[in-house]
Amino acid sequence: MAGADSDDSLYPIAVLIDELRNEDVQLRLNSIKKLSTIALALGVERTRTELLPFLTDTIYDEDEVLLALAEQLGNFTMLVGGPEYVHCLLPPLESLATVEETVVRDKAVESLRKISHEHSPVDLEVHFEPLVKRLASGDWFTSRTSACGLFSVCYPRVSSTVKAEIRQHFRTLCSDDTPMVRRAAASKLGEFAKVLELEYVKSDIISLFTALASDEQDSVRLLAVEAGVSIATLLPQEDLEALVMPTLRQAAEDKSWRVRYMVADKFSDLQKAVGPEITKNDLVPAFQNLLKDCEAEVRAAAANKVKEFCENLPEDSRETIIMTHILPCVKELVSDTNQHVKSALASVIMGLSTILGKDNTIEHLLPLFLAQLKDECPEVRLNIISNLDCVNEVIGIRQLSQSLLPAIVELAEDAKWRVRLAIIEYMPLLAGQLGVEFFDEKLNSLCMAWLVDHVYAIREAATCNLMKLVEKFGAEWAQNTIVPKVLGMANDPNYLHRMTTLFCINALSEVCGQEITTKHMLPVVFKMSNDQVANVRFNVAKSLQKIGPVLDSNCLQTEVKPVLEKLASDQDMDVKYFAQEAISGEFCNCCSRVLCNFAKTKVSNPKRYSLSKLRLCHAPLKRLVLTRPHISTSLCGNISIMPPKCSRKERRRGFSNRSNVEAAMSDRRCVFQCESKSTLFGLPEVDARARERARERERARESESFPTSKGRYISIKACQHILLHQIHKIMIFKKASYDPFKLKN
Amino acid sequence: HKLSVMAMSSAATTAPSVDKVDGFSRKSVRKARQKRAQSSSQFRSQDKPIELVQLPLLKDVSAQEQPELFLKKLQQCCTLFDFMETLSDLKMKEYKRSSLNELVDYVTLSRGYLTEQTYPEVVKMVSCNIFRTLPPSDSNEFDPEEDEPTLEASWPHLQLVYEFFIRFLESQEFQPSVAKKYIDQKFVLQLLELFDSEDPRERDCLKTVLHRIYGKFLGLRAFIRKQINNIFLCFVYETEHFNGVAELLEILGSIINGFALPLKAEHKQFLVKVLLPLHTVRSLSLFHAQLAYCIVQFLEKDPTLTEPVIRGLLKFWPKTCSQKEVMFLGELEEILDVIEPTQFVKIQELLFKQIARCVSSPHFQVAERALYYWNNEYIMSLIEENSSVILPIMFASLYRISKEHWNPAISALIYNVLKAFMEMNSALFDELAANYKSDRQRERKKDKEREDLWRKLEELELRRGVQNSDGVIPT
Repeated sequence: MAGADSDDSLYPIAVLIDELRNEDVQLRLNSIKKLSTIALALGVERTRTELLPFLTDTIYDEDEVLLALAEQLGNFTMLVGGPEYVHCLLPPLESLATVEETVVRDKAVESLRKISHEHSPVDLEVHFEPLVKRLASGDWFTSRTSACGLFSVCYPRVSSTVKAEIRQHFRTLCSDDTPMVRRAAASKLGEFAKVLELEYVKSDIISLFTALASDEQDSVRLLAVEAGVSIATLLPQEDLEALVMPTLRQAAEDKSWRVRYMVADKFSDLQKAVGPEITKNDLVPAFQNLLKDCEAEVRAAAANKVKEFCENLPEDSRETIIMTHILPCVKELVSDTNQHVKSALASVIMGLSTILGKDNTIEHLLPLFLAQLKDECPEVRLNIISNLDCVNEVIGIRQLSQSLLPAIVELAEDAKWRVRLAIIEYMPLLAGQLGVEFFDEKLNSLCMAWLVDHVYAIREAATCNLMKLVEKFGAEWAQNTIVPKVLGMANDPNYLHRMTTLFCINALSEVCGQEITTKHMLPVVFKMSNDQVANVRFNVAKSLQKIGPVLDSNCLQTEVKPVLEKLASDQDMDVKYFAQEAISGEFCNCCSRVLCNFAKTKVSNPKRYSLSKLRLCHAPLKRLVLTRPHISTSLCGNISIMPPKCSRKERRRGFSNRSNVEAAMSDRRCVFQCESKSTLFGLPEVDARARERARERERARESESFPTSKGRYISIKACQHILLHQIHKIMIFKKASYDPFKLKN
Repeated sequence: HKLSVMAMSSAATTAPSVDKVDGFSRKSVRKARQKRAQSSSQFRSQDKPIELVQLPLLKDVSAQEQPELFLKKLQQCCTLFDFMETLSDLKMKEYKRSSLNELVDYVTLSRGYLTEQTYPEVVKMVSCNIFRTLPPSDSNEFDPEEDEPTLEASWPHLQLVYEFFIRFLESQEFQPSVAKKYIDQKFVLQLLELFDSEDPRERDCLKTVLHRIYGKFLGLRAFIRKQINNIFLCFVYETEHFNGVAELLEILGSIINGFALPLKAEHKQFLVKVLLPLHTVRSLSLFHAQLAYCIVQFLEKDPTLTEPVIRGLLKFWPKTCSQKEVMFLGELEEILDVIEPTQFVKIQELLFKQIARCVSSPHFQVAERALYYWNNEYIMSLIEENSSVILPIMFASLYRISKEHWNPAISALIYNVLKAFMEMNSALFDELAANYKSDRQRERKKDKEREDLWRKLEELELRRGVQNSDGVIPT
């Protein structure tokens, strides 16, 4: 395909290669990132004979450039002519694997591992394995470190003589005299053990493991712990006691806290690897020691594992072990001196209740929960509250309400506003666990009280909280319980409270739906447009802009527009500004809707439709991502906003339409360019021809559709609330020019 | 997950804790926590109180009995106390302290006490006391200007042990040939690990101890250098955390001073592969003075190393951290102070391209530090000799900045520099000034060409994408 290119297309390639030698690092970097293009243009032959030698020679560069190069080369197999030529990539990667900078080296090893799979068994022995050997016997520690990561990928596919050599090299590296190399070997020991035959695991790996686990440097010993866990999973049960347990037991009592920490951190994996018998005899006492360790770091790591450890205990003796051995330690940890230990425990302790059952929970655990709920550190209390659901299932709601609710209320009224903020964030979760009735009875008043908190951040969070509650409990519940209260605040003498009503309406209109919004909320908003405080009035304008998309167009034209026009002639400057903004800015919301719909389409049928770049207003998209994640949290997760290329001032006025939004990556990119200045009420006053064209497109709307990757069409109806004239241009990249609106004609 | 443990303490403290989010209280909270003492992490719960038998004072017994009593006292001092428990074993702690004091005096003043069997006992006592696992670090990001170091709780005893050991090593009767059986590679390795202690007092003692050992034990020298290499490499490429870098560099400074000429390949490798990469570390400011000293020591030994050193510095030149950039400029001036003119010529072009960038830095401290080079007579003389090369490199930056820089002090400095250049080589200066505009235009044209190139390339890629995709394109 590349050979077919004409000369003029090779010209930029020549310059690009020239750029690889440019003085400016950034330019070299740009060029290296386009390496695949260069290779594609050169063709496989010239890539092999010219480009790769050139790259191998110029490897003395900035680490940043080398990193990009190492990454690129991992994907180069097709560009050098497929698997049969993949070994051409080895020389440059070998040099990169000896570089000092760790990230570069790691990337080179990653790429080498990747292309090792593309080697045929013969090539693996002829080209790849010698490379590993060269690296393993390199002078400087960097090459030996890199070699450690390459043994396991080539071992399974080479002959038995070569296998023996590989094992020998690995053995040598495990006793290297630089700790860096021993660390690298220790961290790859488990991985290497997995590809070895069992007999060699027993004969070779065990002795290496024992040696590394008693290394003089604790940084090596701690890595051996992880390897020990992997090795334990490979060995038959009867060999475990003799081969790995002595070493692991020793690690659990190592004099360095780092090693003990590692044991605590890997405890659940270890438990699964060694099976129930050893767990009962060995791990239980070891775990007790870790929970009582003298270093808080170790205790915290062990406390984190309490629930998992208990869950995985053998069922026949689970309860007795917990009650007699684990629980006493846990009780001590509840009053630990270190808050990280306490909060680690608090995040898992609730899980014990499902394991221990109702009676034990009430008798033994509940006092601990209560003690932690009264802990001086709010993080501990919050961790308890955020895990209430486990207990809820076991001891029921009444038990909870008597003991836990006072703590919730106390947190809700905490003097520190950040604590209040944190508990608000748990409210939707609590509401879900406790159910609507209980919520109405006990917590609803709290939620409403937050709306009039004297800290703005709390009021703001409270509005957001209401929105999430409505999502949980439904619009009907909202109409009966919270909407009347919210709207009641519109008559409050304090203007801050009146404004809170508006903020609530902004948040609630969408989840409540068109009917409630039009019937109940809109009249209140209209009424407030006559408020004597200017701040309230301009917030009315802002609110109208926000809730616009929920309303139908008739209502917008006949009711909303007049109010906004009135506000636009207000005597206050700010009110005027925001009213005008609302009139011209209604469009913004539409954009975010479009995006949502696209994103939804994408996920429900990913093959069918994809888009990765939208050019829309910055503000609405940011709003979409930041304040309306509830619409499609998972969908918005893929959306990131790049800063628009315009000044802040312009952005505020809505002039910008150049923010790039990346949504859902795929092989096809679709770029939308919208006119942010068009409005919901029609086109801005432009020339007649443009309006004519708009009408034309409006008529064409029903029949218009987007192409899919397979060349079929999907209907544009999914996003019908965006008027077509507002989409300035739609381009599908990687396909020839696509002109759905016949803009060119 | 290498050393994920180090990250763990940071994970534990940076977790979204309600308290810590509050930006206002942070400093006060930090202040309150300062002056915290730490103890080694070897103490498991100690159940019963420690009892030591009170021995008579050394000066109260006859000269024949002294050596044996000395040994007994050494053995007693192997007992360790938990200083985090401030109230436990108070009497015995005081007893050990006075015994240690006595031992210090004894090794300083007595003669003939050092018998062959004393060595293992002394080393054992010292090892028992000083070798211990250092506890987890409390501050993840140690800032020497903000944070007080965490101090070692058992210092009252530890200090005396160190003092005793230093006196022992310095004692006239001390015989390295006997001691080398006990002060071996393993001992040195453990000693080096202690350099990570957060207590500056301890690191200072360690520095003296290691220096004496390096001086007296010729057989350990290569080993010590190699282990220091490993510590530095691990520090640069793996953890970025080690408290004793400055102290180790100080020792190295004096070691380098004593290197024989011509330098061995091993030493050159140490300079290029270990010392230069130390410049990349974030916490450079904590040990930069010592590092620069070591580098200059090397260059004074062997001027031919100038080129690789300067190339190394340019490779690691800070891209975003202006504070580090100022340090680099300082170090570079120290190097230029000792540079030989023949070496200067080799490196001048690369060097002055960087200096030109620094001079036009929007950060005034960077620009200022670079412009101060023109106050250095020796550097000025070098520039003057090579003005025909340097002037064209510097001119564009200086000329542009002289009109644009926001800081008036910088503008004034630049003006002086331009004036100096004008006096140096007025013909060249006039020529450069005349060509300035056309040169800029040429640069702009080049930039535009580059942009065109990228655009072309994108088109090319698009077309190729079209060719490669199997879909039908609706038109």
